[in-house]
Amino acid sequence: MEDSRRNFLKIAGISALGLGASPVLDAFSKEEGLQTPQMIQGEKALKATHWGMVIDTRKIHSSEDLNPMIAACNKIHNIPKLETENHEIKWIWAEAYHNAFPEKETNFLNERLEHIALPVLCNHCEDPPCCRACPTQATFKRESDGVVMMDFHRCIGCRFCMAACPYGARSFNFRDPRPFIKETNLEFPTRMKGVVEKCSFCAERLAEGKLPACVEASNGILIFGDLDDDKSEVRQALRENYTIRRKQNLGTGPSVYYIV
Amino acid sequence: MLELAIKGSKRYWGWMALLAAVVGVGFLVYLQQLSFGLGITGMSRDVSWGFYIANFTYLVGVAAGGVMVVLPYYLHDYKAFGKITILGEFLAVASLVMCLLLILVDLGQPMRMLNVIFYPSPRSVLFWDMIVLNGYLFLNIVVGWNVLEAERNGTSYPFWLKPFILLSIPWAISIHTVTAYLYSGLPGRGFWMTAILAPRFLSSAFAAGPALLILLCLVVRKLTRFDPGREQIQSLAKIVAYAICINVFFFLCEVFVAFYSNIPEHTAHIKYLFVGLEGKGALVPWMWTSMGLMAVGIILLVNPVTRRQEGVLAVACVAVFVGTWIDKGLGMISGGFVPSPLHHVNEYAPTIPEILITLGIYAMGALVLTALFKMAISVKEEVAG
Amino acid sequence: MNDKKYIIAGLAIFVVLMTFPFWFNMGKAAPPPEVILTPKALAAKECVRPTALMRVEHQQLLDVWRDTVTRDGRRIYVNEQGKQFNMSLSNTCLDCHSNKAEFCDRCHNYASVSPYCWDCHIDNPKENK
Repeated sequence: MEDSRRNFLKIAGISALGLGASPVLDAFSKEEGLQTPQMIQGEKALKATHWGMVIDTRKIHSSEDLNPMIAACNKIHNIPKLETENHEIKWIWAEAYHNAFPEKETNFLNERLEHIALPVLCNHCEDPPCCRACPTQATFKRESDGVVMMDFHRCIGCRFCMAACPYGARSFNFRDPRPFIKETNLEFPTRMKGVVEKCSFCAERLAEGKLPACVEASNGILIFGDLDDDKSEVRQALRENYTIRRKQNLGTGPSVYYIV
Repeated sequence: MLELAIKGSKRYWGWMALLAAVVGVGFLVYLQQLSFGLGITGMSRDVSWGFYIANFTYLVGVAAGGVMVVLPYYLHDYKAFGKITILGEFLAVASLVMCLLLILVDLGQPMRMLNVIFYPSPRSVLFWDMIVLNGYLFLNIVVGWNVLEAERNGTSYPFWLKPFILLSIPWAISIHTVTAYLYSGLPGRGFWMTAILAPRFLSSAFAAGPALLILLCLVVRKLTRFDPGREQIQSLAKIVAYAICINVFFFLCEVFVAFYSNIPEHTAHIKYLFVGLEGKGALVPWMWTSMGLMAVGIILLVNPVTRRQEGVLAVACVAVFVGTWIDKGLGMISGGFVPSPLHHVNEYAPTIPEILITLGIYAMGALVLTALFKMAISVKEEVAG
Repeated sequence: MNDKKYIIAGLAIFVVLMTFPFWFNMGKAAPPPEVILTPKALAAKECVRPTALMRVEHQQLLDVWRDTVTRDGRRIYVNEQGKQFNMSLSNTCLDCHSNKAEFCDRCHNYASVSPYCWDCHIDNPKENK
């Protein structure tokens, strides 16, 4: 479907140019000895069929331990710091145990968990309700590596995905975010008002062979890798430890696991 | 027939001008929203749908409610309703215009609206909602127009229209069912995740729609030479009576399931709405008012003595209309978002600009409704001679 | 029909209004814009595709790029000469064409189009606003 759309646009574009331009284009296509342009994945790109994350909460000693990873994400993705809490944009943030796992609330929580905050982010679900809800496929699950992506160009801002996400992982740009970005990362775009955004597992970094920014800054708290590869670091962590996932009973299949 | 809508008395034009002014104010505020973003509303990260979507949901119900005059006439050959089917159909048209406008103003990037058509996504309920709403609008315009024209010419409506009329009946059910599915299929939203949501929506729709229609009939009788008829109004009143009873019954079923099972995910929202949660309960007085109004409506409508007095009936209809509006318009949407999936209690209240835009849309609906009713009634007066 | 004169008058008004832009602008054609290339762009001699093609089809190219990058995760463009480019408006296109006002805007203004690319993609020279 994508290809036919592209072709359609091409034809539409060319016909819009009228007869004047068509000889020029014909000349290009007739030149020989040249290859047709291609679009490929970079050689350095990290490859996986199901990216996932394991969060080792035992390594979190206080809520401050989460600050570096949150700051790294905010900085690299041009996440604004808005004036009102209502308009907040969050990709990865800290929550108390009973907010991250509301259905596991108990009066007699382990003391360590009681006193720390847990990082929460988009779970890049195996069967994401947000993608089901989206009426334009602006948010979609990438077939190749399981990352739940946002196409900001296509989002119409209906916020159905926000209602559908059981993890509150999505934020909406209630206003132009630019004035609220302290330090702009020039390599990454900002967003415009009226679109929804969320964590993308740093798809732009994976493409360049880098781990997600939060993982790099996490001091070993976050482990990242291919859940389909039984030799990966995440699979090793999952083999050796008991882990839980957020709202597992909903059947969304989160790709983010917590060692508690 | 459109010419009938532009020949009117001073009173007619004064009313239209007043509505146009309200539309204008709403439009200006909307321009402000367009340049600033949805930040001028009271919506937030936690309560990401508000007044617009709530009113949208309510008005889908009013639109579907129109079928309550169409169905008895065309399926059961209940002749009395023949006189007022056109009013039900035109009420649906005006409601749908409002629905579509409310969706439009709720979008963060309205310029990209057509992406819904460019990238059709049959897995999204919103995609189906677009289809059923536009389809129902189309059906009602085609059916209403042709039936009215036939009446004017003293003929019966063209034979090809019958399938459209029959189709419009299940289609009315579909618009509110699909709209309920927007909510009831979302994991992690305990308040909406109930199979009874669509029936609940329909029952409140079949109360609110006909209640409004009764009020409109009373107004029409007062202002024009056309009398929708006492029998018609009484029949509608019985429909409202049953529908509002069923609506309250369904709600009590919800309360039972939530509180007998005592599953926090389901009780938390109802607690928030009726007694407040973690000290926050902006909607508590509203919800009890709604319950009170619906109770008053039931008492006045079920009792034949009160129902037969048209003055009392009007009061009952207002009570039902406002009661269901609070229930669905204020409670249903906010209630589903509070507490959030992470159990934060972050309340929502519409802002002034948000209310002004919504009022502008209601005025737009009233404008369309007045013009359409003017047409219909002029034809009726013409035919009566 | 005695409405003839109204109909004709109405039609005349309609035709005049519809053709207003044409005769209002007659003889006042704006000169075609002259785009300025940065030294970096001049040194590169050719863009990712031949200049003439880029001039008329860059929007289609960018549209394909944005879909391929965000949706397929393929980010490297190999052109006819086998040269590789990172498919990035922010980091490739605007790196060479770091003069939005003299390059992009001139043509866009002339053609009276206002693409919203820069609402998100930070224009060059990369300054903090």
